[in-house]
Amino acid sequence: MKISPEVVSKIAGLARLRLTEEEAPLYQSQLGAVLDHMADLAGLGAAAVEPGAGAPGLSSVLREDEPEAFQGREELLANAPEREGPYFKVRKVL
Amino acid sequence: MSAELELVAGLEVHCQLATRTKLFCGCPNGAAGSEANTAVCPVCTGQPGCLPVLNKAAVALAFKAALALDCGLAGRSVFARKNYFYPDLPKAYQISQYEAPFALGGEVRFKAGGSERRARLHRIHLEEDAGKLLHAVGSRELDCTLVDFNRCGAPLIEIVSEPDLRSAEEAHAFLTALKEILLYAGVSHCDMEKGELRCDANVSLRPKGASVLGVKVEIKNLNSFKAVKEALEHEAGRQAGLLASGGRVEPETRLWDAGKRRTEPMRSKEEAHDYRYFPDPDLAPLVPDPRWIETLKASLPELPAARRARYAESFGLSEYDAEVLTSSSSLGGYFEESVRGLPAEAVKTCVNLITTELLGRLHAEGKAVEACPLAASSLGSLASLIFKGTLSSKLAKEVFAKAWETGKAPEALVAELGLAQVLDEGQVRGWVKAACGANPKAVADLKAGNERAIGALVGAVMKLSKGKANPGLVNRLIKEEAAA
Ligand SMILES: [Zn+2]
Repeated sequence: MKISPEVVSKIAGLARLRLTEEEAPLYQSQLGAVLDHMADLAGLGAAAVEPGAGAPGLSSVLREDEPEAFQGREELLANAPEREGPYFKVRKVL
Repeated sequence: MSAELELVAGLEVHCQLATRTKLFCGCPNGAAGSEANTAVCPVCTGQPGCLPVLNKAAVALAFKAALALDCGLAGRSVFARKNYFYPDLPKAYQISQYEAPFALGGEVRFKAGGSERRARLHRIHLEEDAGKLLHAVGSRELDCTLVDFNRCGAPLIEIVSEPDLRSAEEAHAFLTALKEILLYAGVSHCDMEKGELRCDANVSLRPKGASVLGVKVEIKNLNSFKAVKEALEHEAGRQAGLLASGGRVEPETRLWDAGKRRTEPMRSKEEAHDYRYFPDPDLAPLVPDPRWIETLKASLPELPAARRARYAESFGLSEYDAEVLTSSSSLGGYFEESVRGLPAEAVKTCVNLITTELLGRLHAEGKAVEACPLAASSLGSLASLIFKGTLSSKLAKEVFAKAWETGKAPEALVAELGLAQVLDEGQVRGWVKAACGANPKAVADLKAGNERAIGALVGAVMKLSKGKANPGLVNRLIKEEAAA
């Protein structure tokens, strides 16, 4: 299935990716191949199968509402590129 | 707004569930005011390799909200990822529900413009909250943005109404009724100042009576009841102005600026709601056991509408009184405890004490009913003392104030302060004679048929008796004296 260069650029934008001129046609063909694969699946007569995102027949496991203090706060902050005191620091967004 | 246009509005209300922990991890919920990033863990900061596990209490509260609002509960609902990039969202997606929410339909009844109205609900879904961004410290603008994830992952329900609201007043009344029900059901603390209840509105105008909808503008950032009312009034005016001058309303998202009291277009051009939702593979569908739902249903307390009806029925309260007394669950509880054992005729006295003295005092001191220094049983005794004629309503106020300050029982205070009304005819007649003797002109006027002259004489008796003479008796004896 053919995907237009405009759609590729929109998808890249939504994913915050800047594609070079060489990369754009590459992704264009790869995304097309993904859709071709989906079309193959659609051709298998799976219309009667419930769409699902996980293993079928499972339902949510629930957790009791008991607080559990996590002790590794410093490690979490250390994982960030930048911090300021107790805060994660990012580029100005406003 | 010009006469031929009508406002059409729907609200989207985010409500933070009153659980102990977050929606998908064991971090404490409600730590928004604590030091930044103290209620965080790998799950709610989006570290790779973590898995969310759904909080049972959050599901229970969400279902209770739906049951209290007469929604239909879905036997199976699905969590979905809502994808967008913003620093308040560490996973770059929010776990929400999209195609298969847990509740559909339902309604909220409210009163506006003197008539009973109702707004249908479209759906309710469960989702997690985002973190908090800090752009300034005090008045100092930062050259970066700081992120606090204490609130990130907090359990929310989003209640979406149908566009059934026709005025800013209706939107306000709808939200008031909704909040009352959520509070009664124990679903949320609903403190708007703490962000536990947040509201967005969809607003459009159309010719009155038309069935098509006009172009819809979404208003965000309505963080108080006042903001909802003012923003809708303002937006209706803005759209009417555009239409009147031949302009067009653009479908857009606007932000309410409470300081400037106007809506402004959103600055960031968020890629027009292209959230690319898809079912979250980390979470299996939510399929509640029907027996659990029955237990939750049975655990719902009496809701405000039912309670109002019961107060009207069993205590003969006016619609207004019933509404005031059911405005919070705890006030209703206080009322019911205070009238326990009171004769039916004294209930109204008790209601008056609550609606005037008690609520006035609580309001003035910024206290909640739960923190009322006067026990409900004491208020009941006070009503009983008025009803039996031991206290005039004027003296009752004095006893009320003393009981409020000291926490002592009203009977004890009456004895201690010697405040009991004097019902002894001989004693009251003595005061009446003295008052008449001192005010011959008033007596003459009264004799001449000027009924109003009695006021001066009653005043004089009350002064002599230090307010303790029974007013009914005083009136009768003055008239007898004047007629003699
Ligand atoms: Zn956590």
